[in-house]
Amino acid sequence: MTRRQKRNLVRIIIAAVIFAAGLFIPHTEERFSAWGIVRLCVFAASYLTAGWDVLWKAVRNIAHGQIFDENFLMAIASIGAMIIGEYSEGSAVMIFYQVGELFQSVAVGKSRKSISDMMDINPEYANVERGGEVEQVEPDEVELDEIIVVKPGERVPLDGIVISGASGLNTSALTGESALRDVCEGDEVISGSVNTSGLLKIRVTKKYSDSTVAKILELVENSSENKARTENFITRFARVYTPIVVISAVLLAVIPPLFDKNWGGWIYKALTFLVVSCPCALVISVPLSFFGGIGGASRHGIMVKGANYLEALAKAQTFVFDKTGTLTKGTFEVAEKKPAGISDNELLSYCAAAEQISNHPIALSIVRAARENGEIPKAENAEEIAGFGVKAEVSGKKIAVGNARLMEEVITDEQFSEIETAGTVVYCAADGKFCGAVTVCDVVKENSAEALSELKRLCSAKTVMLTGDRKAAAEEVARSVGIDEVRSQLLPDGKVQAVEELYSKKPAKTALAYVGDGMNDAPSLARADVGIAMGALGSDAAIEAADIVLMNDNIGSLPLAVRIARKTRRIVTENIVFALGVKIAVLVLTAFGFANMWAAVFADVGVSVIAIINAMRAMNIKKTV
Amino acid sequence: MKKTFKLIDLDCANCAAKMETAIKKLDGVKDASVNFMTQKMTIEADDACFDDVVKKAVECCKKVEPDCQVVIK
Repeated sequence: MTRRQKRNLVRIIIAAVIFAAGLFIPHTEERFSAWGIVRLCVFAASYLTAGWDVLWKAVRNIAHGQIFDENFLMAIASIGAMIIGEYSEGSAVMIFYQVGELFQSVAVGKSRKSISDMMDINPEYANVERGGEVEQVEPDEVELDEIIVVKPGERVPLDGIVISGASGLNTSALTGESALRDVCEGDEVISGSVNTSGLLKIRVTKKYSDSTVAKILELVENSSENKARTENFITRFARVYTPIVVISAVLLAVIPPLFDKNWGGWIYKALTFLVVSCPCALVISVPLSFFGGIGGASRHGIMVKGANYLEALAKAQTFVFDKTGTLTKGTFEVAEKKPAGISDNELLSYCAAAEQISNHPIALSIVRAARENGEIPKAENAEEIAGFGVKAEVSGKKIAVGNARLMEEVITDEQFSEIETAGTVVYCAADGKFCGAVTVCDVVKENSAEALSELKRLCSAKTVMLTGDRKAAAEEVARSVGIDEVRSQLLPDGKVQAVEELYSKKPAKTALAYVGDGMNDAPSLARADVGIAMGALGSDAAIEAADIVLMNDNIGSLPLAVRIARKTRRIVTENIVFALGVKIAVLVLTAFGFANMWAAVFADVGVSVIAIINAMRAMNIKKTV
Repeated sequence: MKKTFKLIDLDCANCAAKMETAIKKLDGVKDASVNFMTQKMTIEADDACFDDVVKKAVECCKKVEPDCQVVIK
């Protein structure tokens, strides 16, 4: 509890003691008899102890042009009760209101803190080696290429490369994975992970502001700026709700007594209305639920950039996947070499030489395979043609390496025919002459099929896979993981068009999610209602382009994200229905004389507290896949 | 320019919503958000009048919730 909360608690206790004393004073019908006045004084003392600040705030806010705020409403309601002679009621209402407010402030403070703590990956200091000594400085004071020392138990403050030592790093705060990542000399380490065993010396490769931890923190901090539609709706609703209830209260106080002359009774009912008119339960619990959902997701390495995306994900029924790196591992292996007129090794070295300039996973696999066979010749004037392949000059020959479309363009004699296999075929031509093909296979992730089937079970989603790959290879993967629809042989901009087309075909009131690895598909990520990037640890582009970032490379996080989104949405709905339901019920019961001011106080603060506690459930969700 | 400020003792969610509405209406403000959860206020406004806007925004906050303080670094 903060000091202010403690002070309020003391005040409430004193007010309650005075209130209890007041209950022993004999109740007389005559308000201005001696006992009547003593009673008034005692209850007024209790009332003022509990609520002087509410009264003061009410006056001050009216001076600032803020009418209809909760202080004003409480002030009017309780003073009204005092005036019509309901002393104990008036002061009890104020005490209970304060108890509720205190509860609310403690509960909100606690939940806010527990969520923020969970997302706290900020390194507090860095041990930097300067002039032979180790100094402790702020992470943002460390320059590039300085050497930092990370002891066991400390958080890695900056991205870098290990220059000595070996250890296991715990990246669970970033990825939600509990398995340790082993690092030794020459390995890259990512800021935000925790060193668990050995002493590491690290050469800094990124300044703090560019480091992974700073990027993630920025993402998390800005996440609650993007408000969900429900949140905005509630804010707008609150603006009309309060005036409506206040006006009905006025009408209730004035119109019925004209007929039955029971002014006191109707005014009491009207005052009760005022107590219920504060929309706080809604205004607090809805954003808190989303905040809890976002916090809970981050614990599993799922970074959500805003409540609106969580809301969109809950509605998503069309899931579009990029194949490579998303459903498959994206680490290709050379499976087969089919040279035409040259040796196996020559074919591989031509391909590798040209592909060196590309960082496409297929290119990398060919280069890797060629390295095992020996030196790769140098390529000159290399040029990458997106969606086709690479052209380059190798040992004086004009080499073209790429797909069948590229071959059709460069091959001058007619000896070229496409090869049909499940893998991806990389063709090679030298000086306009076909000289063979390398087949590269991608491996499907172990849990892709499981994740997709859980997705189907959760939201009967339609799944579509997009790929630049050939039909045969694409369909093979689609079959093995259980994808509904395949679009193959797409050029990079063809992916966006496909997303666009699927977007126009999606069922009304649902959303479309695009899942990719953030390489080459930033436009699609941006076009979808919710763009989800996978395996984003270390990939700044993906973190920037996506709305939801799965920090680990585990596709099992996707159904988990959907479950968190849906649970959050359910909790938000529960809170709205519950809060409004209780308030409306109390209003109706009051109008017919079945509820008193106590029920109204419960409908105000009690409901808030329950809604807050319910909202916190959004934070807890278990992993399944 | 876009800048984020910390708020201290922002006690009620409804007040945060009111502050946000008031700040959004200020001249020169492109976008504003008052976040009850993170206790932060973000203002996006024209560079030329940024300091002025911030000053007015602080006044708005004071009007809605006099106990709430805006930390300006």
